[in-house]
Amino acid sequence: MSVTTRGPLPGGEYDVTVIGAGVVGSAIARELARFPLRTALVEARDDVGDGTSKANTAILHTGFDAVPGSLESRLVREGSGLLAAYAAESGIPVEPLGALLVAWDEDQLGVLPGLAAKARRNGRHDTRIITAEEVRAREPELGPGVLGALEVPGESVICPWTTTLAYATQAVRSGVDLHLNCRVTSITSGPRPAPDDVHTPHTRHALHTRHALHTLHTVRGPLRTRHLVNAAGLHADRIDRLLGHADFTVTPRRGQLIVFDELARGLVRHILLPVPTALGKGVLVTPTVHGKVMLGPTAEDLDDRTATGSTAEGLALLREKGRRILPALLDEEVTAVYAGLRAATASEDYAIRAHPAQRYVTVGGIRSTGLTASMAIAAHVVELLAEGGLPLSGARDPRPVRMPNLGEAFPRPYRDAGMIAADPEYGRIVCHCERVTRGEIRDALAATIPPGSLDGLRRRTRARAGRCQGFHCGAAVRALFESEEPHR
Amino acid sequence: MNRTDPTGRTDRTVDVLVVGAGPAGLALATRAARAGAGRVEVLEREEEPGGAPRHCHHGGFGSPPLPWVTGPAYARRAVAAALDAGAALRTGVTATGWAGPLTLETTSPSGLERITARAVVLATGARERPRSARLVPGTRPAGVFTTGELQRSLHPHGHHPIGRRAVLIGAEPVARHAARTLRRTGTQVVAMLTQHPRATALPGIPLLTRTTVSELHGRGRLTGVAVRHEDGRSGVIACDTVVFTGDWIPEHDLARRGGIALAPGTRGPAVDAAFRTGTPGVFAVGNTLHGIESAATAAAEGAAAATPLLAHLSGTPWPTPGPPLLVQPPWPGPPRPTSRPPRPAPSSSAPPNP
Ligand SMILES: Cc1cc2nc3c(=O)[nH]c(=O)nc-3n(C[C@H](O)[C@H](O)[C@H](O)COP(=O)(O)OP(=O)(O)OC[C@H]3O[C@@H](n4cnc5c(N)ncnc54)[C@H](O)[C@@H]3O)c2cc1C
Repeated sequence: MSVTTRGPLPGGEYDVTVIGAGVVGSAIARELARFPLRTALVEARDDVGDGTSKANTAILHTGFDAVPGSLESRLVREGSGLLAAYAAESGIPVEPLGALLVAWDEDQLGVLPGLAAKARRNGRHDTRIITAEEVRAREPELGPGVLGALEVPGESVICPWTTTLAYATQAVRSGVDLHLNCRVTSITSGPRPAPDDVHTPHTRHALHTRHALHTLHTVRGPLRTRHLVNAAGLHADRIDRLLGHADFTVTPRRGQLIVFDELARGLVRHILLPVPTALGKGVLVTPTVHGKVMLGPTAEDLDDRTATGSTAEGLALLREKGRRILPALLDEEVTAVYAGLRAATASEDYAIRAHPAQRYVTVGGIRSTGLTASMAIAAHVVELLAEGGLPLSGARDPRPVRMPNLGEAFPRPYRDAGMIAADPEYGRIVCHCERVTRGEIRDALAATIPPGSLDGLRRRTRARAGRCQGFHCGAAVRALFESEEPHR
Repeated sequence: MNRTDPTGRTDRTVDVLVVGAGPAGLALATRAARAGAGRVEVLEREEEPGGAPRHCHHGGFGSPPLPWVTGPAYARRAVAAALDAGAALRTGVTATGWAGPLTLETTSPSGLERITARAVVLATGARERPRSARLVPGTRPAGVFTTGELQRSLHPHGHHPIGRRAVLIGAEPVARHAARTLRRTGTQVVAMLTQHPRATALPGIPLLTRTTVSELHGRGRLTGVAVRHEDGRSGVIACDTVVFTGDWIPEHDLARRGGIALAPGTRGPAVDAAFRTGTPGVFAVGNTLHGIESAATAAAEGAAAATPLLAHLSGTPWPTPGPPLLVQPPWPGPPRPTSRPPRPAPSSSAPPNP
């Protein structure tokens, strides 16, 4: 078990390597960790989940509005159940708030029955159209003009940061090597094995021929692997081209989001989804598991895969939409503004492709549902790897992990007399807005996968994630972080 | 008088409970303790008492302001006076919420408490709005500060500079102090900008008036700030540090959690001329009422509030709410609502079944 952040990579051959430690790549690594294989997870950035996986709306979808019959529809449906169970076991905060798709005009109202029918085709039979009166009773702070809503009871909010970290932590503890700061720049592959070799089950020894290898050239030197999974998110098409495939192109679709202070949490009870119309998916308002309220996202198709900045136009648009949905929200303080890039493709479905002869699986086009579907995607990908000859025997369940709770609806250390009695550091609040204690920061810095930056520490503890953004605690948190740095 | 309930919370009672050991809270505690108000306890969430002046290493504190009295010296004096008067000062203790109209819940390394008082005083101070609250677009690089974070980062061990080239947003006194602090610790201040038509410049630092910051650039570390003049001219200033100064907002978290009405405009608790809030027995003093005033003004408010507080303790009835005292907002902006319904209990306490 190891996490490396610098220096040359270990020699020898890995059985499987996953490129990209987002929520999808980390889920795949965790799934692979069940087998007695030598597995690597390589990531360009200094932390897991530092791409799209950290900057989304954090909804555990039911898949009610997926394209019926698509791979995405199936994997979202399976994945949401798997992740809900895993979250309960691992301490990932989830709040099953249910969603209301609120209709603000006759067009939107007219769309609701069709959406309910679509939900049924996606296996969701519990949706219901409710009257304007009922909507208002359930969401008294909504702006004027509501005509009705579709209720989707199964939709939940989840902590996206803890999810990726739980997968990666469990993978590493089960023997996967995680290599951070390790961008893959090119790939050379040996000739294919003879065709009849490919579909016959064989042992690791049979595969161990000199040519049956991929060499990943990374900024930290080469890494050799027999099987390869491409879960590089926004860059998955580029990795795909390195292996000779050009069947999809990623178009980054930016989503800007505004997060409002905890004092706004009382304004909203459900996930308020927009009604999708020809004009696009629209903007939602949702509580977060961290006790705040989120407004967004925008949907802007871009060319630049690094354009994770917010814009004045984007924020103005969000505020205009937000004012209509929940007028009082706009008077609350904003704690954070950020933007994520969805890895959209021209198609309305995931681009998951197996290339068994190359012992290669590409996981592309995981657009707006990757967090929800991650565990089902992982199980699917491992099946596809088996088609390429990856031996899948000797499976065992990985030891459960228990993640520190970041959820506001669940017991947190600062309110836990037992924890404080056992260790007074859990009573020493450092980040006052978010009530993060020195004990939690200390634990995060000593964890299996320690943070590589203050942002990483924030995703593990919520330190500096509150309304003051470090005015009070920034210096103290940085000092704690830097005191640990020499050990990393 | 101490009881511990099954959740491990200890119950206690005091006469006066002051939240916040800054100039306002300490001045009030000093007066109240000296006048024999009984047990006067001051809670401070930081490890050190004294409040904001602790981080202001320049002179000019006191009443009248004296050039040789620095913030930390002023804070030490205020702490000594409170202790001297017999007030109990507890640091590292955070009031996290309310368990009754005059009962606060607290967290500290020694455990959880529920403290009931005959009078509660909110003296929780203010903070500057950070970049996100000001909705400044762009990337989210490192190198973005408020003056508060800057001061705490550089003092008292300010040996290594926080950056090489800094831009300051704002030109009020706090910005000028930030500029001096940066220079002293080896960071060049390349510009100071303000949206206002006039401000006092500092020698050697270009002052851009009628100018706002429109975007931050840089990945990893800040590389520049885009700025725009009122007349439409715009440009990018290369820098690795930007400090957002001023734009104060009261720390009103406890007030709101307690359902205490806020004053429109300032967003601090609404009080009458005797510092009484709308909730009988709860007073509010200092910068939590109005963003930023000098330490001496905050302390004067604390001292002045001692008289009505003592009157309350000796049975003077709480006035029924009259017309609220309106305070002019210190920054331009739309009026804000006065109060919100209290937060509903979280709608779930257990993870869902799959
Ligand atoms: C605004 C927005 C809202 C969303 N809301 C939701 C939601 O509510 N619910 C939901 O389920 N989903 C949501 N999503 C979608 C979800 O975030 C994505 O589907 C998910 O993050 C995809 O995960 P990933 O692992 O494929 O990609 P990423 O998270 O981008 O991970 C890919 C990783 O690969 C690394 N990498 C790339 N190239 C290389 C290389 N050459 N070498 C090494 N490493 C490399 C990257 O650095 C990155 O860490 C949303 C997305 C956005 C943008």
